[in-house]
Amino acid sequence: MKNNPIGVSPPLDNSAVDLDAEFRASNIKEVLDKLDDELIGLKPVKTRIRETAALLLVDRVRKKLDLTAGAPSLHMSFTGNPGTGKTTVALRMSEILHRLGYVREGHLVSVTRDDLVGQYIGHTAPKTKEVLKKAMGGVLFIDEAYYLYKPENERDYGAESIEILLQAMENNREDLVVILAGYKDRMDKFFHSNPGMRSRIAHHIDFPDYSADELLAIAKLMLAEQNYRFSPEGEKAFSDYIRLRMRMEHFANARSIRNALDRARLRQANRLFEGAKKNLSRTDLMTIEAEDILASRVFIEAAVDLDGDEGANEVPSAS
Amino acid sequence: MMTNSGNIVTQGQFSFLPPLTDKQISAQIKYALKNNWAIGIEYTDDPHPRNTYWEMFGNPMFDLKDPAGILSEINDCRKTFPNHYIRVTAFNSTRGVESPTMSYIVNRPKKEPGFHLVRQEAEGRSIRYTIHSYATDKPEAERY
Repeated sequence: MKNNPIGVSPPLDNSAVDLDAEFRASNIKEVLDKLDDELIGLKPVKTRIRETAALLLVDRVRKKLDLTAGAPSLHMSFTGNPGTGKTTVALRMSEILHRLGYVREGHLVSVTRDDLVGQYIGHTAPKTKEVLKKAMGGVLFIDEAYYLYKPENERDYGAESIEILLQAMENNREDLVVILAGYKDRMDKFFHSNPGMRSRIAHHIDFPDYSADELLAIAKLMLAEQNYRFSPEGEKAFSDYIRLRMRMEHFANARSIRNALDRARLRQANRLFEGAKKNLSRTDLMTIEAEDILASRVFIEAAVDLDGDEGANEVPSAS
Repeated sequence: MMTNSGNIVTQGQFSFLPPLTDKQISAQIKYALKNNWAIGIEYTDDPHPRNTYWEMFGNPMFDLKDPAGILSEINDCRKTFPNHYIRVTAFNSTRGVESPTMSYIVNRPKKEPGFHLVRQEAEGRSIRYTIHSYATDKPEAERY
């Protein structure tokens, strides 16, 4: 112990660290619980996040016992249909990684092709580097990443941007985490044509579509956030609405639900405005009734659709 | 200039201290970022104290959160100009302030020849004094 300046003996093989205490100290439970409460469904995603959190926590404990390993690569790809919560989870991810001390600042820089790729020769590299610099210490979220690579145009500068990204993903692993997101089939194609990108991303997480019940739960959560609620009939009408809307074209999971709720709020306001009752209570202002939902075009079109022989595919997109 | 121990150019902050390590530079950058100051990297091979405007290396960096990006830029600049003076400046863009708030040298030539005193005989028997850097006798980019 003579050459140990702090006078602490090197950890022995049987020295113990309290994993529980470490877990509590990181406040990670709070974030995971919030994730459970605020994100409905998404089982595989939550499992993966839990696993990642566990890995980082164990890594931290190991570090205390001088068991060093290289920083794990945490670059991720989120694939899934529109409105399945990819951006929301990315935002949460940066918070989790920050709590676990994997990224220093924990901010999320969300970019698309426009922010990375330049318009003329020599424009792309500074632009991409600028974005990378902004994302250092946090998470870089590239939405619809497959637009970066346009094989049909060989003069496209997207490839240059990908090259710089790959370099940063490899060399600045402890400085930033890159998350790519996009629709499943196109992301697969993107990775197929950029094997370097695929191999540098350790976590491929697939976001499943929501079931009708999950969507109803999401709707209630969204309404509660805006201080609205369904009347019992309203809730039933909305669950019918979801079932019909799911069968239609251009269904974008939670995003469609949000739009439907926005339109229901519009109709509710209109109903209150036109209605005879001029003295409105708090409950009146908060409640969304069945009629606000049943006025939706989805019901009319579904009725037409049921009369005809054709499937839901023929129905024009609901607005 | 000639009285300091290391015979090195002393201007800006920390210039009487031993050269800053990357970790110390990061800490200084972090302080600037915390105050929302924009960071710029500048270089020159003319060490005259009145040479205020140095060349910028890249654009000034706004809206950053973490020093890692700036440090990598500093290292790029060091790689490009290993024998130049490189300084990091922080700029406060608050309306009414709009001026540099920090400036420190992060890279200097291996050999700094220093300055010599120039005496000019003026009207009567008066003498005007100025300093002249030995390095600037050579053309730009060949000085160090």
